Amino acid sequence: MPANILIVDDEPNIVISLEFLMAQNGLNPFIARSGEQAIDHLEKQIPDLILLDVMLPNRSGFDILQYIRRSERLKNIKVVMLTARGREQDISKGMDLGADAYVTKPFSTRDLIKKVKELTQREP
Amino acid sequence: MQPYIILSVSLLYLLILFGIAYYADRRKAQGRSLIANPYVYALSLGVYCTAWTFFGSVGRAAESGVGFLPIYLGPTLMALLWWVILRKMVRIAKQQRITSIADFVASRYGKSTRLSIAMTLITVIGIIPYIALQLKAISGTYLVLSGSNVGQTGILADTALYATFILAVFTILFGARELDATERHEGLVAAVAFESIVKLVAFLSVGIFVVWFTFDGPADLWQQAMVQPGLQSLFSFGEDTIPLSEWFWLTLISMFAILFLPRQFQVSVVENVSEKHILKALWLFPLYLFAINIFVIPIALAGLLLFPGGTVDADTFVITIPLFEGSSALALFAFIGGLSAATGMVIVAVVALSTMVSNDLVIPALVRSGRIDFASRADATGSLLLIRRVSIILILLLAYSFVRFLDQGYSLVSIGLISFVAVAQFAPAILGGLFWKGASRNGALAGLLAGFAVWLFTLVLPTLETAGLLGSSVTENGLFGIALLQPYALFGVGHLDPISHAAFWSLTLNGLLFFGISLISRPGLSELAQASLFVDALDPGRQQLRGSLRPRSASPEDIILIMQRFLGAERTARALTEYREQFGTTPDASTRIFEQDSFINYAETLLGGVIGSASASTVVSSVTREEPLSMEQIMTMLDETRQALAYSKQLEEKSAALELTTAELKEANARLLELDEMKDEFMFTVTHELKTPLTSIRAFTEILRDNPGIPAEKAGEFLDIITRETERLSRLITQILDMQLLEKGAMKADFRQTSLSEIARNAVQATGHQFAEKTQAFSHDLESCEPMPMLADADQLEQVLVNLLSNASKFSPAGGRITLHLGAEGEHYVIEVTDNGPGIPEDERELVFEKFSRARHATEASIPGTGLGLSIVKSVIALHGGTVRVEEAPGGGARFRVELPQKRNGEA
Repeated sequence: MPANILIVDDEPNIVISLEFLMAQNGLNPFIARSGEQAIDHLEKQIPDLILLDVMLPNRSGFDILQYIRRSERLKNIKVVMLTARGREQDISKGMDLGADAYVTKPFSTRDLIKKVKELTQREP
Repeated sequence: MQPYIILSVSLLYLLILFGIAYYADRRKAQGRSLIANPYVYALSLGVYCTAWTFFGSVGRAAESGVGFLPIYLGPTLMALLWWVILRKMVRIAKQQRITSIADFVASRYGKSTRLSIAMTLITVIGIIPYIALQLKAISGTYLVLSGSNVGQTGILADTALYATFILAVFTILFGARELDATERHEGLVAAVAFESIVKLVAFLSVGIFVVWFTFDGPADLWQQAMVQPGLQSLFSFGEDTIPLSEWFWLTLISMFAILFLPRQFQVSVVENVSEKHILKALWLFPLYLFAINIFVIPIALAGLLLFPGGTVDADTFVITIPLFEGSSALALFAFIGGLSAATGMVIVAVVALSTMVSNDLVIPALVRSGRIDFASRADATGSLLLIRRVSIILILLLAYSFVRFLDQGYSLVSIGLISFVAVAQFAPAILGGLFWKGASRNGALAGLLAGFAVWLFTLVLPTLETAGLLGSSVTENGLFGIALLQPYALFGVGHLDPISHAAFWSLTLNGLLFFGISLISRPGLSELAQASLFVDALDPGRQQLRGSLRPRSASPEDIILIMQRFLGAERTARALTEYREQFGTTPDASTRIFEQDSFINYAETLLGGVIGSASASTVVSSVTREEPLSMEQIMTMLDETRQALAYSKQLEEKSAALELTTAELKEANARLLELDEMKDEFMFTVTHELKTPLTSIRAFTEILRDNPGIPAEKAGEFLDIITRETERLSRLITQILDMQLLEKGAMKADFRQTSLSEIARNAVQATGHQFAEKTQAFSHDLESCEPMPMLADADQLEQVLVNLLSNASKFSPAGGRITLHLGAEGEHYVIEVTDNGPGIPEDERELVFEKFSRARHATEASIPGTGLGLSIVKSVIALHGGTVRVEEAPGGGARFRVELPQKRNGEA
């Protein structure tokens, strides 16, 4: 059964590319274009991994990450942070909040896929 | 009475006096000062009461009733101001090691040699008659007491001459036994305080004797006196006795005298042990004056009753009444009282004058003429002492010659008042210098010299004429025969008595020149530094620039050599130890210039205590070199000033100002930080905005590379995205550059005469396809528009319109409605772009014009844009002197309204 991947980003073209990449690699992508949509989605379904943009309108990616890690139901979901923020303190903040990986934009598609596969195949 | 009795009692008295002085000096050496208490201080101020008070007040009262009072009223009034004035003078004298009033004035005006010479000459010339008065009183009363012939005698038989010599010996014993002008003459002060007691007790004894033994109490005396018609009118206040103008001027010059007479300056300022003593003295001293004056009128009345018809000189009543009544012991006591009043004055005044003469006249002259050889290592303290002693003898001999050759029957009081007018000339320079930083050396010098010249002309010249030393008759006919230049009626002011007349003219001219010239002349650097030290003396925090403005450098060995010459080896060694304790460093050749300068200043102040500040300045400058002030030194000085601030009583006031400045700095800093943060934020946003299209481009490029088998349709779609994102990227870059240029003002607008409606038409053409793509209805009123001429940069304005129109298109839904309206309102052109999109919430209407605001605030992420468009609009409109704002359109959309002035400022 293919892993479910939730893509959370507000840039339509980036979403298109990520969706294509996931599908192409035998993963099952879902889309959320904002933090609120992501929370809504998590109510209905628990994905195996989330690709989470940091710079989201209204609720930042860090917010969503915190929400996930505090929830008993959601806390085991793997989270990969995606962002243009490349500053050291941002990376460490993301890691402190419990991100499993941190990928800076513009990312290498091969690296991203590799990381996603690693995280989804690792036991639980 | 037998002369030998009088002489031996007098000598005995003087020896007791010396014994007291000697004891006080011993006590001081043991560190148990006898004079370190306020009562001694207040009593020593009693040196104000001289033979003039002791004998002359009675004479004056016999002549003009209450007319003797202003001389004591003035000091009583001044005592009220002592805490303000005298305390400041004491503080300054301690800080600057000032030893005389000449030194005080010279030091205030930048250690000016000319001023110190002028001050010394004026003081010596002005005070000599006053000293002479004492000699005359001693010899006169001696003659009365011994019953000798009062007529003219040969010089060798002249008692005044012997009195002069005896006083010279004692003055040297009291004041110039050793060289320690810096340290106070404690023995002298103790002796003077003792003399104040003796003269008070003597005068009170005579008073009690006269009122209760000669007469039957005050009522009896008064009744007897009031029967006499001449005496009745004498003791009523009013125009018949002395006029108000005389009251005023005598009171005023007496106020100055209590501060500026050299002997008063000596005891009240130089010899002061503690500023706190002033607090006691300011009520004790007036009380003393009251006590010593209480019997003046009764004695005068009694004398006039007992010796009718002026057969006995009223100045001698204090002795002649007891003699007449057969109490020769009381007469002798009265004589001793008078002697103590006279000797107290003479000794203190001559010590003060000799300090000035040696420090301000002789030593500077010797230094300048090279007579004092700096190369020699010999100790100069011996010669300094000799100079001091010779000065004492010369001053006393001058006073004697005044008695012998000039004094022709003047009363004690009138001679004394001549001296009062002379020292009153110091008032503008000293009082002005104490409270006004703008007081200048030239002003002080001009005022002093002018006042002194008037004094010579109006008071000394007539005296010389009366003495028959001048064959002229200037007093009657005026100078050069000009009536306006009569010494007693200058410029026709003839209704004043000679003393008030002289005081009026000399002080008026002095004051006017002092203030006038000070106002027009700029004080020099050294003057400014000293001015601050004086004016802010009670407020060390405000004293700026403790160091000199031009730091000096010298080999410390040279300085130490000079110190040894004038201070002696022992005191120099002590001073060096003190310096080390105070400053924490030892002066040696390796010290920095700034430290050398502080050592030089220290040495100069110390030397100033021995040879006067002007002399010290001359001596020290012979081995020093002035250095230009470096930035580091200025900073150190400022730093020292800042540290001194911490100790200031005015700290609060100052720190309030500092706090204000700090607050302003903090605010400025906060603004800078904010700007910095904004810049950071801007950079961060730009980076993010640039990375977003880059991310898409890279992702799709890699997808296409890694998936050759991708369907052609899909691949085309991806390539389209890549192209659009590339366009977005380049658009972004262009706008960022525009933005930066616009903000730096580097993008010079090309203002030309142009037509706004023409610009609008071009913009509409450029954006037409956007509306078509989204099938939006676009309407405008350009067809009916006037040309709307204005001075503008057409390209920039077109960009503004394009931005506004495409913005409206972006934020309106497909099939939406957009309108453009151009019009004129008042002096403005108005452009309105209205859409029927979601509108902009009220609290975001300002923000939309901020850079990248869309990225932060818009919720519809799919709308392409850079977030810079509106920001550029705002900048360009501002450049054209217009305004732009966004408001709610009727029906819920957004309406952007631009107002542009039809005519630019300065445009015809």
